[in-house]
Amino acid sequence: MKFRAALALLLATAGAATAQPKHDTLTIGIAQFPSSLQPDIDPEVVRGYAMGFVIRQITAFDKDWHNTCLLCTELPTLDNGLAKIEDLPGGKKGMAVTIKLKPDLQWGDGQPVTAKDIAFTWKLGSDPSSGFSNGNPWNRATKVDVVDDHTAVLHLDKVRSDYNQWDQILPEHIEGAIVAKDNSAGAYINGTNYNRAPINPGLYDGPFIITSYESGNQIVMEPNPHWSGTKPGFKRIVLRHIENTAALQANLLSGDVDMVAGEGVGLTIDQALSLQKAHPDQFHYEFKPSLTYEHIDLKKENKLLADVRVRRALLMAMDRQTMVDRLFQGKQPVAATWVNPLSPMYDASIPVVKFDLPGAKALLKEAGWTPGSDGVCRNAAGDRLAFELGTTAGNRLRELQEQVLQSNWKNACIEVTLKNEPARTLFGDTLKHRTYTAMEMYGWSSAVTESPFRTLGTSQIPNQANNFGGANYPGFSDAKMDADITAVDGELDPAKQKAIWADMQKLYADQIPVLPLFFRAEPHITPTWLQGYTPTGQGDVSSYWAENWHAG
Amino acid sequence: MTRFILRRVGQALIVLLVMSFVIYSLIGLMPGDPIDVMIASNPGATPEVVAHLRAIYGLDQPIMLRYWYWLVAALQGDFGFSRTHSQPVLEVLGPALLQTCKLMFASFILSVLLAFALGVAAALKPGGIIDNIVSLFAFAGISVPVFWLALVMILVFAVQLHWFPASGISTVGDGGFNDYLRHLVMPVTTLALANTGHFTRFVRAAMIETLRMDHVRTARAKGAGEGRIVMIHALRNAMIPVVTVMALSFGSLFSGALITETMFAQPGMGKMIYDAILGNDFNLALTGLLFATLVTLLSNLVADLAYGWLDPRISL
Repeated sequence: MKFRAALALLLATAGAATAQPKHDTLTIGIAQFPSSLQPDIDPEVVRGYAMGFVIRQITAFDKDWHNTCLLCTELPTLDNGLAKIEDLPGGKKGMAVTIKLKPDLQWGDGQPVTAKDIAFTWKLGSDPSSGFSNGNPWNRATKVDVVDDHTAVLHLDKVRSDYNQWDQILPEHIEGAIVAKDNSAGAYINGTNYNRAPINPGLYDGPFIITSYESGNQIVMEPNPHWSGTKPGFKRIVLRHIENTAALQANLLSGDVDMVAGEGVGLTIDQALSLQKAHPDQFHYEFKPSLTYEHIDLKKENKLLADVRVRRALLMAMDRQTMVDRLFQGKQPVAATWVNPLSPMYDASIPVVKFDLPGAKALLKEAGWTPGSDGVCRNAAGDRLAFELGTTAGNRLRELQEQVLQSNWKNACIEVTLKNEPARTLFGDTLKHRTYTAMEMYGWSSAVTESPFRTLGTSQIPNQANNFGGANYPGFSDAKMDADITAVDGELDPAKQKAIWADMQKLYADQIPVLPLFFRAEPHITPTWLQGYTPTGQGDVSSYWAENWHAG
Repeated sequence: MTRFILRRVGQALIVLLVMSFVIYSLIGLMPGDPIDVMIASNPGATPEVVAHLRAIYGLDQPIMLRYWYWLVAALQGDFGFSRTHSQPVLEVLGPALLQTCKLMFASFILSVLLAFALGVAAALKPGGIIDNIVSLFAFAGISVPVFWLALVMILVFAVQLHWFPASGISTVGDGGFNDYLRHLVMPVTTLALANTGHFTRFVRAAMIETLRMDHVRTARAKGAGEGRIVMIHALRNAMIPVVTVMALSFGSLFSGALITETMFAQPGMGKMIYDAILGNDFNLALTGLLFATLVTLLSNLVADLAYGWLDPRISL
């Protein structure tokens, strides 16, 4: 009798599973979870995605990769007079950038967002002990003048092309007490209310506020009652963490989650393509090429790779288009250089090197390499044209690509052996200390107009002097490239900027320090009824415009 | 008895101290640190910023020094700050432990009940139809991978039948008892099925052996009923080896439900420890693993005490 009663209860509760309200709540599945909600310390993609709903940057790049105002009324430029070049002591030049905040901005607790918050954020972000590592550093400014409640002038230490790109403002009335209490190294990281009291509405100035936070599990957001922009289309947005992507797919199919975030924090592209094949009409699928650049680093010190003809032959022998077509249904554009074709700095005159096996063989022959009896090329000294290629072990797609490329190169008499390592070992040791012998394949993310300083600048080659903190893992060093990087970071004329960018891309294409593969496409899987959703493909993610999302 | 317990507690403390050193050193041997991975994905990670962050997180200190600082603070009740959750370790550990306890106790009780019922039924007639069916079920439970079982459960009961939710611990905006129960059904069943196979085999083997003993034969000769023979004369004796196995399993349950927790998005201890190790979150990984060690030690102590209760001839 008791068993029957229990069974009846079980079935009754099971039946209730489908009785959900329709489209008031948007549940989004994410395969990663933010380690913190503080937007500026050790920022991760998934944190940027989560925080995009609740706290806004002053400026952001939109879906067309144009810099726009989110919190400001007008983007500062030299033309509109909100940015000016000013003289600094010692004959140097700096800049004065005026930020005019929208007049009706309020934090989630009803307090106004003011220029004092900008000054507070600048002061905190400029202090190394706070640990800020956001993409648009506050320490570019040496002084901030608060003109009135809605206007602040930031004085920059030099003329910089990124002068009108600024990140989130933090609420002084909430976070100020933390800093005032203890400003020793690490104290802010451990004390910030974004981690200690994340459901405090005063922390957020976006269209939503966080109403429930379960670390590692889910974040629940509801409309910010003091938001003055477009009224959000959902009463609740839930970010649910489902780390296993097979389980994430099952949750999508069962309706437990409505959509899966793109931006690299949801399904992989092969999973999304399989899902699309099996359920073409159940969801809306969009594959947005992104700034994540898949490539193969070539180690400068490898004596066989020192000859640019060998590097070019490696590139010509790779059938990248067929690989992309077969593995990714052509969704990921083959790269000519590290600059995405969607970038305003892209130079279309730099061609994508086409697959040309006879050309590769001819080039190797010209460089003194002839096929031996085992099919592997040898030079006059008897050296075999053989390399090691590594990548992140367990990354199925990269491992598949490796096999395709290994086969491609074998046809050109180049022997490649695979040596993969866990991501921690690859990034934490092999690349960091540059202990790899020839080639390493991995992805690289950058900002829309970020110069290649970190990846191609001579000073960024990891070594003891910079405490292995640089990211120029190939060890590329070129005086012209260094000069171009310095010039472009300080150039304000868009036409001149573009010319320098074109020169850098030409240098890259000529010298081939890296073998370009493709730009990763982000799979965005959304319900067919969701309207107003616009993937961006870059670091300023779709959730920055979440107030426009609504059920159609 | 008191002396025995005090001696075992003392041993447990020494084991915990040694384990803390070993775990900390092993995590420290892993190449790189979290900041290294950050460099590849964060345009703001200049060498200067990286150096500052390493200093703030204490990653620039020698590992032995970091361990010493941790030990001194831990002895004062401060287990440090979790880097991957940005909260004090105990605040992260609490909810995860609660969630794991719910999942583990429910699945443990279910699997023990099932194992005893099936194991005893199978042992009554070794080689019979029931024994064969139970053995098939037990071997299936042992050999089927948990992630596969979990996925099948999700696909059948969540995707196809829509009986139970595929993930999470409650529905946002609901959170009632029925809702909570519904979220627990599939992970508990998956874990229970995975454990029942092992337990059933042990119960069956122990019962077959016990039922052949002289005292059982004597009870039968005296005319005792089959039910009394099984429940009173055999089962209690058969429980000694089974209790040992279950005690060991109980300890590992606190750190071993990683797959189930990951598949059903249940934020428990297994997943927390795994993520902490991968994320180089020394404080959280260490505290979590030490807790799992402590539970294993305590459950073994309980098993030892249970021996004395089950068989008074066993002296502690």
